[in-house]
Amino acid sequence: MSKMHVTTTINGEPMEFLCEPGDTMLDALRGPLGLTGSKEGCASGDCGACSIMLDDRLVCSCLMLSAEAEGRDIRTIEGMAHGEHLHPLQQKFLEVAALQCGICTSGMLVASDALLKKNPKPSEEEVRFWLAGNLCRCTGYDKIVRAVLETAAEMQEAAQ
Amino acid sequence: MTDIRYLSPNTLDEAIKAFAAAGNAARILAGGTDLLVQMRSGAVKPGVIVDIKKIAEMTTIEETADGGFRIGAAVAGAVLGEHPRFGKVWPGVLEAVNLIGSTQVQGRASAGGNLCNSSPAADSVPAMIAAGAIVTLQGPNGRREMPVEKVPAGPGRTHLLPGEILVSFALPPRPKGSSDAYLRMIPRTEMDIAVVGVGVSLTLKDGVCTAARVGLGAVAPTVLLVEAAAKALIGSKLDAAALNAAAAACSAACRPIDDKRGTIVYRTKVAGVLLKRTAAIAAKRAAGGN
Repeated sequence: MSKMHVTTTINGEPMEFLCEPGDTMLDALRGPLGLTGSKEGCASGDCGACSIMLDDRLVCSCLMLSAEAEGRDIRTIEGMAHGEHLHPLQQKFLEVAALQCGICTSGMLVASDALLKKNPKPSEEEVRFWLAGNLCRCTGYDKIVRAVLETAAEMQEAAQ
Repeated sequence: MTDIRYLSPNTLDEAIKAFAAAGNAARILAGGTDLLVQMRSGAVKPGVIVDIKKIAEMTTIEETADGGFRIGAAVAGAVLGEHPRFGKVWPGVLEAVNLIGSTQVQGRASAGGNLCNSSPAADSVPAMIAAGAIVTLQGPNGRREMPVEKVPAGPGRTHLLPGEILVSFALPPRPKGSSDAYLRMIPRTEMDIAVVGVGVSLTLKDGVCTAARVGLGAVAPTVLLVEAAAKALIGSKLDAAALNAAAAACSAACRPIDDKRGTIVYRTKVAGVLLKRTAAIAAKRAAGGN
């Protein structure tokens, strides 16, 4: 069996990697690409810990074949901060302790960022529905939801 | 791991050639939200994966000149939700498609995959049946059309012939005063599998129901078209007697299983209750309310 050669863009950088045809995007990220910020929780699309952006759309990287990345634009948690400058969502998660063990956190951040880009002023209900595919077994979600809402409010304020 | 080949043809003809040549070992990849889970669990071991998302016809939404819609089989739920017109004309089909899985799953999962996976509890299927959708299939022997309710053969099985690929759904033009709705019963508010799902599409003229179709899911080996329920609604003003008769027809059509999600008795009763609620929403929309 020959490996497939995939050319893609990850966090704005052109990338190439080799993969087995049955590998998931999560396998490729955590394996040859060395981007271990995306986590494997369930590997069946239920938990959202492996959330990434594929051509500006939120998807589970465990439900995508790595071969599908050919020619596409992928963004992961590693592309969220600008150097030492954390994204406002990352900063807020730290401030309000919207995480405990941290396994769900990168998925939560990627998903929350996708929400705020689409809907900069979400209601609490909209945040909860949007994040229904991101499971957290530590926090009880409340701090996460509050962190997203507070970030949204502050980003709105900063934009004015 | 067994050998897998991944193909992503640009044309339907190439896809069909590759799919048919690989026989039973081949699987179609649309959103992959069922296929990759089945591969992971070992339930499916494909020799060839044919990714159909580079085929324009499979990934586009077209509003036809007569006011109908043609939806490519691999159009993701989130993409359908962003169409400026579709949700206004077919709010019930859209809410059913958008109930499949999480935000992440919506970024990939398609109505075509939902139909071909052939779960009796597939959310989009009762709404598509109610809408009177016709699917286009293409295989080694050419194209053909099939009413959507004829596609499922049983849990995980369809009436597609070997080598055939589901290409698109055609939804008919809507007469004035028409709308649709989909409701499902789940024990929580999100991310669950339907215990019962009901799709209703209807047309009202001066308060009288002149046309109706009812799709009923999760209560039989396949999603059902319930013609007796539609018949009870047509000609009525959707009064209590008509709704009770339609609800009774839905309950009578049920051949459910007993499982952890719901008992036979429960599913049978809820099928009737949901019919009334769904018809009320569709009627309100048809009358111009939301």
